[in-house]
Amino acid sequence: MAKLKVDGKEIEVPDHFTLLQACEEAGAEVPRFCFHERLSVAGNCRMCLVEVKGGPPKPAASCAMGVRDLRPGPNGEAPEVFTTTPMVKKAREGVMEFLLINHPLDCPICDQGGECDLQDQAMAFGIDSSRYAENKRAVEDKYIGPLVKTIMNRCIHCTRCVRFTTEVAGITELGLIGRGEDAEITTYLEQAMTSELQGNVVDLCPVGALTSKPFAFTARPWELNKTESIDVMDALGSAIRVDTRGREVMRILPRVNEEINEEWISDKTRFIWDGLKTQRLDRPYVRKDGRLQPATWADAFGAIKAAVAATSGDRIGAIAGDLASVEEMFALRELMASLGSKSIDCRQDGSALDPSLGRASYLFNPTIEGIEQADALLIVGSNPRLEAAVLNARIRKRWRMDNFPIGVIGEQGELRYGYEYLGAGTDTLSGLIDGSVKFAAKLKKAARPMIIIGQGALSRADGLAVLSAVTALAEKVGAVKADWNGLAVLHTAASRVGGLDLGFVPGEGGKAAADMLDGTDVLFLLGADEMDFSKKSAFTVYIGSHGDNAAHVADVILPGAAYTEKSGTWVNTEGRVQMGSRAGFAPGDAREDWAILRALSDVLGKKLPFDSLVQLRAKLYAAHPHFAQIDEIAAGEIADLSALAKKGGTMANSGFASPIKDFYLTNPIARASAVMAECSALARNNFKAAAE
Amino acid sequence: MLKDQDRIFTNIYGTKDKSLKGAMARGHWDGTKQLLEKGRDWIVNEVKASGLRGRGGAGFPTGLKWSFMPKESDGRPHYLVVNADESEPGTCKDRDILRHDPHTLIEGCVIASFAMGANAAYIYVRGEFIREREALQAAIDECYDAGLLGKNNKLGYDIDIYVHHGAGAYICGEETALLESLEGKKGQPRLKPPFPANMGLYGCPTTVNNVESIAVTPTILRRGAAWFSSFGRPNNVGTKLFMMSGHVNKPCTVEEAMGISFKEMVEKHGGGIRGGWDNLLAVIPGGASCPVVKAEDMMNVTLDFDGLRDVKSSFGTGGMIIMDRSTDIIKAIWRISAFFKHESCGQCTPCREGTGWMMRVMQRMVTGNAQKREIDMLFDVTKQIEGHTICALGDAAAWPIQGLIRNFRPEIEARIDQYTANAMDHGAVLEAAE
Repeated sequence: MAKLKVDGKEIEVPDHFTLLQACEEAGAEVPRFCFHERLSVAGNCRMCLVEVKGGPPKPAASCAMGVRDLRPGPNGEAPEVFTTTPMVKKAREGVMEFLLINHPLDCPICDQGGECDLQDQAMAFGIDSSRYAENKRAVEDKYIGPLVKTIMNRCIHCTRCVRFTTEVAGITELGLIGRGEDAEITTYLEQAMTSELQGNVVDLCPVGALTSKPFAFTARPWELNKTESIDVMDALGSAIRVDTRGREVMRILPRVNEEINEEWISDKTRFIWDGLKTQRLDRPYVRKDGRLQPATWADAFGAIKAAVAATSGDRIGAIAGDLASVEEMFALRELMASLGSKSIDCRQDGSALDPSLGRASYLFNPTIEGIEQADALLIVGSNPRLEAAVLNARIRKRWRMDNFPIGVIGEQGELRYGYEYLGAGTDTLSGLIDGSVKFAAKLKKAARPMIIIGQGALSRADGLAVLSAVTALAEKVGAVKADWNGLAVLHTAASRVGGLDLGFVPGEGGKAAADMLDGTDVLFLLGADEMDFSKKSAFTVYIGSHGDNAAHVADVILPGAAYTEKSGTWVNTEGRVQMGSRAGFAPGDAREDWAILRALSDVLGKKLPFDSLVQLRAKLYAAHPHFAQIDEIAAGEIADLSALAKKGGTMANSGFASPIKDFYLTNPIARASAVMAECSALARNNFKAAAE
Repeated sequence: MLKDQDRIFTNIYGTKDKSLKGAMARGHWDGTKQLLEKGRDWIVNEVKASGLRGRGGAGFPTGLKWSFMPKESDGRPHYLVVNADESEPGTCKDRDILRHDPHTLIEGCVIASFAMGANAAYIYVRGEFIREREALQAAIDECYDAGLLGKNNKLGYDIDIYVHHGAGAYICGEETALLESLEGKKGQPRLKPPFPANMGLYGCPTTVNNVESIAVTPTILRRGAAWFSSFGRPNNVGTKLFMMSGHVNKPCTVEEAMGISFKEMVEKHGGGIRGGWDNLLAVIPGGASCPVVKAEDMMNVTLDFDGLRDVKSSFGTGGMIIMDRSTDIIKAIWRISAFFKHESCGQCTPCREGTGWMMRVMQRMVTGNAQKREIDMLFDVTKQIEGHTICALGDAAAWPIQGLIRNFRPEIEARIDQYTANAMDHGAVLEAAE
């Protein structure tokens, strides 16, 4: 700990603190542009200048100076720092004036207006007028992709975007070229950035130089209603803020959650919102004469009632989709039970994960924060960059810290960090277990080894055997012990862990998802779109928000609410229970999914025992108490893993393939989004506009 | 006047044999092994005792700088980096050392590297110095052939010298920007602390010295600290390469004792001012970044660090730009502003934005198209840059203008008055209306 005085107030801070952090600790506000807690220190904006007593007769950049660099006074007094002296005030005004001389005064037409660091700090620390009478600098705007709009006249060269893309995102596509006044931020070749995290530069930019292209000129920050919620685009459950105007979602921004996403979100999370407005199901439909025709709720329910009455309980099935919340899956499970069906499944991809194996067998046990404690990593059948882009940034963060051996079994992709490619599939996994693959020694040597197993390794006929083998490997290398559980199952669906927690899997004699398509007479699809419906023969009821794959083949469509339009619980891949909030209302006749199921149950004569979400949750919490522990993780039992490791089984000799073929088009909302379609086309490298 | 036998650079004009053989004949490489045998501490103490101050412009005591290097290596290698990125307008001493007397530098590199435990020395040569680099490389190759460099050499200390050719950016003469450039990155100054002696090239302890500072050390050690410090006044001792350019009859680079008077320097070596002493207008005494000094202040100046500080300028590199009364002093300083605007690296705000602003205001002042209050504003802008930047280039850009305003304010005002008076004429009004 170091002692120092800030503006006369004595404080004690850890040695590694910078002056800026120390000043904040003492309650002194220090303006800054280039400094960002999660990026390296650049020290180039010079806005955070403070006066150091006894130092040289000039102000010091507080972001770049550590408290341990301060020298005590001649008699051993604590070093003193001032943030309010005339010298500091003059320095700040000077820097602010310099920043503004070439900054266009186009705040009225700037999308950053109202949430602009430069605007705010000019108000707080600047002077009221400029003495600059020359012409302002003009800089050509750059094309850096369909997501980020550039107005380079406004750039103040803080290089936050450059540091983010190189340090966090792991791409070297953005940089500063030129010198002095003519320095410019650019991708040089004017190509789109390839990172899945590029949208974060919009948040990082302290001015309006980088703004959100899809959001451009649509709304002002002060006219938006802000709702804190949870993202469902992947299984991380990143913390988001949904900004709405009226019924419309205008944009999605990240919130800080150190345990999951720090303050980053993926581009899919951020730019999905235009998909919430298109392809929406806003009224019930019933298939008549081979065509889906608009219908009333009563007609739709009547058609379902007739179909259910014509069959028996064991010929009815239900599949929950990837975006479903715990509440609606709970309602559907109860309804299916009352209809006498055991054919329910939340695993559209046929994953081998099963709640009967214990909760530890399907959780990301070491937690996302735990990645930073791990000291060796094996990735089996997963491409974290596409399956969980933000989590991948955490792996990269750990990899950048110091020595962190990473081995990969599966597809050989660009992961944004260096790794050792071990092999494609099961034979390499066996090799690791028997020690013939050398990477096993590195895992064994590590104090806290971590093994990420992806759905690519689990959604196979031999998935259970692979899971068992990986668990056995984890035990063998010491990844599973009392104080460290390094077995990490990486999910791709936001609903999956919640569904497994609920036991939304086939009961005894029940059918699994793939068998239900042609093995049942009536099939309920709760937003399940990710299957091959070509062999489907059952009478299908689709409850969901978008007219996507399943709606096209459905016999009855019941319009549901998307994730921003309902309050719901989701459990992320770590097993963390989180609750999202309703930011707006579903369009037209669409209703929240649990309410649809409740209404349907009444028509079917199996009335569900709750009339409100509160009552539903009371029942849910009574049956599964851990869902009431919001933001907590109920850890799995390690003993379950040793049982799983002993299960064994024969693995087919083949390679693992990641389930995500196209990062931008993984769910119905994304497939309805024009922005995602453009990104997807770019990623496939056949988008002509990029060549302009 | 310095006697010939006291000159360190005996071939600064390239009139003699610059090969290894010729250098040895003039006394270089004499007893280098014996010097090394006296040990690291002796060398550092002797350099300290000699009072040698860095010849790159800032005048930091060289021996003290060397003593900042860790005594024992913590496992990281140590490096010596020689700054031969001589780009300051008005300065042209290092290029003469490189092309005519390279062996003084190479021998100095060996001794300095030994004194700080470095086994590798990098010489960063300015991009425009093509022939200079060739001459230096040829001399280094000669030394390798003669067994003076490399592993298991005759001197008994393993040392490799690498010549790195820059790309011609002025900012790479700043020591940390030079290290960045040497590492293959964009030449932008680093934040200090950490200082290079702790975290320098590739994160290892590094000392960056000017060519001249390194090149004089072998002779100092051979002839003794007392000999070197016998020249000049206390704190300003030794011999130094002075440069005179501009309106003297014989512009030259010359080695002289510190503390020589400006008058003597111009009379003895420069052949007098063009048009006589009355024709002298001003002098920029130490390279472009030093504030300009008026003729009457310059007359009695002693050429050393303290002497020029007394006239509110600085000694810098000793490269004097001498201007007679034919000079448009405002335009001259504008040109220097344009230079600094062009060479600003663009990393930190005050310098990036301020150098362009100053240059544009100066540009108007050249014609007089300005308001008199803008003179004070301009002075204030220079003060807003000075001391607020990462490196000293911000200060360097501010000083010439400060010097101009301090010394030639009446000229600027007269120019403005003249322009305003002419503005009454028909032509100027039309121009203004365009």
